[in-house]
Amino acid sequence: MAHRYVAAIDQGTTSSRCIIFDSNSRILAVDQREHRQIFPRPGWVEHDAEQIWARVQEVVTGALDRAGLQPSDLTAVGITNQRETTVLWDRATGRPVHHALVWQDTRTEALCADLAADGGRDRFAETTGLPVASYFSGPKIAWLLEHVPGVRERAEAGELLFGTIDTWLIWNLTGGAAHVTDVTNASRTLLMDLRTLDWDDGVLAALDIPRSLLPEIRSSAEVYGTARGVLEGVPIAAALGDQQAALFGQTCFGVGDAKSTYGTGSFLLLNTGDEPVRSRHGLLTTVGYQLGSDRPVYALEGSIANTGSLTQWLRDRIGLISTAAEIETLALTVEDNGGLYLVPAFSGLFAPHWRPDARGVIVGLTGFAGKGHLARCVLEATAFQTRDVVDAMVLDSGVALKSLKVDGGMTSNNLLMQTISDMLDVPVIRPFVAETTCLGAAHAAGLVTGVWSDLDALRADWQRAAEWTPRLDPRTRERRLRKYHKAVELAKGWIDEDDEIEVG
Amino acid sequence: MPGPIQSLTRAAAILRLLAGGERQLALGDVALTLGLAKGTVHGILRTLQQEGFVEQDPVTGRYQLGAELLRLGNSYLDVHELRARSLMWADDLARLTGESVRIGVLHQGGVLVIHHVFRPDDSRQVLEVGSMLPLHATAWGKVLLAFDPVAHGDLEAELKPYTRRTLVTHGDVDAECERIRGLGWAGEREEAGDGLASIAAPIRDRRGSPLGAVGVGGAVERLTEDGEFPARLVAAVRDTARSISRDLGATLY
Ligand SMILES: Nc1ncnc2c1ncn2[C@@H]1O[C@H](COP(=O)(O)OP(=O)(O)OP(=O)(O)O)[C@@H](O)[C@H]1O
Ligand SMILES: [Mg+2]
Repeated sequence: MAHRYVAAIDQGTTSSRCIIFDSNSRILAVDQREHRQIFPRPGWVEHDAEQIWARVQEVVTGALDRAGLQPSDLTAVGITNQRETTVLWDRATGRPVHHALVWQDTRTEALCADLAADGGRDRFAETTGLPVASYFSGPKIAWLLEHVPGVRERAEAGELLFGTIDTWLIWNLTGGAAHVTDVTNASRTLLMDLRTLDWDDGVLAALDIPRSLLPEIRSSAEVYGTARGVLEGVPIAAALGDQQAALFGQTCFGVGDAKSTYGTGSFLLLNTGDEPVRSRHGLLTTVGYQLGSDRPVYALEGSIANTGSLTQWLRDRIGLISTAAEIETLALTVEDNGGLYLVPAFSGLFAPHWRPDARGVIVGLTGFAGKGHLARCVLEATAFQTRDVVDAMVLDSGVALKSLKVDGGMTSNNLLMQTISDMLDVPVIRPFVAETTCLGAAHAAGLVTGVWSDLDALRADWQRAAEWTPRLDPRTRERRLRKYHKAVELAKGWIDEDDEIEVG
Repeated sequence: MPGPIQSLTRAAAILRLLAGGERQLALGDVALTLGLAKGTVHGILRTLQQEGFVEQDPVTGRYQLGAELLRLGNSYLDVHELRARSLMWADDLARLTGESVRIGVLHQGGVLVIHHVFRPDDSRQVLEVGSMLPLHATAWGKVLLAFDPVAHGDLEAELKPYTRRTLVTHGDVDAECERIRGLGWAGEREEAGDGLASIAAPIRDRRGSPLGAVGVGGAVERLTEDGEFPARLVAAVRDTARSISRDLGATLY
């Protein structure tokens, strides 16, 4: 049989990646490039959508070159992306009207507080599965309509299009032929009804967003169109938000299967089958994936805003390390955290607390604390936050966690993986292909185009590459968790109403 | 003992000059300050520039210390960085060979395992990151001994016999290293433990210096055929070492 290759494009928060897989799920080639992080004010985070499109084309070409392949050698391409990040562009020129507002951006907090004043934070939760929060796309669209001169008028005149990054890429890849999104990305906008899988007129009205802006919602695995340019002639056969793609790549196809992805932020997703489950403990209800005309598979999600970004912060802002991996070296220069606890509420606290008025704190400072302790408490923050969302998930699902499947860039950090295992008191398992985000997108695209026959064929490719088992005594674990929770209380309520700078 | 080499003494003086005070100096200033002919100084600066110890500003033509000099002081690659950059290749090696993969670096007279990928058969395995392997009795150790002079200097006077097949004399080890340098990879059959074998190749940095070794280990029945290391496994290990080295900037072949 001739070789069959599938490409995956992973447009992430910090970088864009293209990976080419063969039909055994082996990686043939990778290319990756970072794009600019734009911080106009505290709490504001933007990307240049045109630069992102340029980077995506570069990494696609780069990966094809490295693999020694032509676009015509590819059976399909799958797309996965940072979610919620919002682009508005002119349908005639393709020019964005403003930088993209990134998921971490908190400028819409005031707007969200206004919305919540009438009906509470959960006023749309029954329909959308989400609380009203600056994290999601809907408020970001509303902000752009309200604050960028002329945009409201152009939107009303039908001149503009909205998209999350999947939509922006598919629109560009097809030369403007397809304005579509998939159910998983749409489920992060605060605008989609989880059951009908259509835009909800009630929420649109409340946010004053014209329907003409919105893309058509499609399944996660079907052919949306044929690419032109760098992928000339290749069917675009899958789109999934990055966390949902990782869930799929980790072959979490069964009810109760869960994974946690450690990247810029970290996201724990639990497959709940074909019924959306409402959380009572601060988790989000979201679409896991939908294959063609099959019923959608839903998931519960614990979203943590800052994990890998803390390493970046230590590297780029504090300057304690020169590469991300060095954080482990620095952390290993000391034996413990020296009493330091860090709560990284840089853009408020996400799951399970959802406190937009929280900001980051480091507590327990003494003259003894050094940079090794700082590195330790940064890594431990990721483990504590994981424990918090796991606890919420156990409460919501009633099922105890037996082990945790992990993936993402931070899984190369051995100390961190051990610490997570210690804090959860269960084994932590990393599969082969730590790039499960790309793998999931490739798998979905390959299912559509016949590279893989069914889910069982994909399951056969999952195997454990490493496993960390808990080594910490229960008393130490409980003491550290108690300290962390005390620190969380200190982080809450830091923002005051008149803190213009912090909340925009 | 011969006297100091004049051009080296002058090169050192130039570097010291560039390191102090002003950051960038023109050729004439260097010559004037050191009381040397411009032509002499120019020749030395050109050589230092080729080695990366000095850089010339393309706009002003002035000279400053080069990046290579800064790298000399902390030229080791952070082992966690090495792991992060090897991850994907090591995973692939395990999947391709069906064997467990380890990456080791020289540490206190032995091989420190900095990365370990399980054998892809879902059997119960324990992560061995942080454990030590002997230099003279494993493929990883022998690669380091053959290619890293520091490792060779670290070898203990008494070589511990782990099995009947362990090399226990320095003469035997040296001969083996000679052979490994010729081959470009190392194999080990039941020298560290009965029933076990390993194959490893060197990971090199951009200057070609050995940073560590990557290899597969497992049951001797699977890793050898008729007492030989199958070409398929050797090629897979060497390809992985090359891929990692290339990612680290080594220019190979
Ligand atoms: N060894 C390490 N220890 C700690 N953090 C690390 C390590 N290696 C990478 N990181 C962090 O992990 C993140 C990169 O991981 P990954 O590439 O999976 O991120 P990502 O979330 O997919 O990126 P994107 O947001 O662009 O999609 C960065 O934030 C980086 O700081
Ligand atoms: Mg990602």
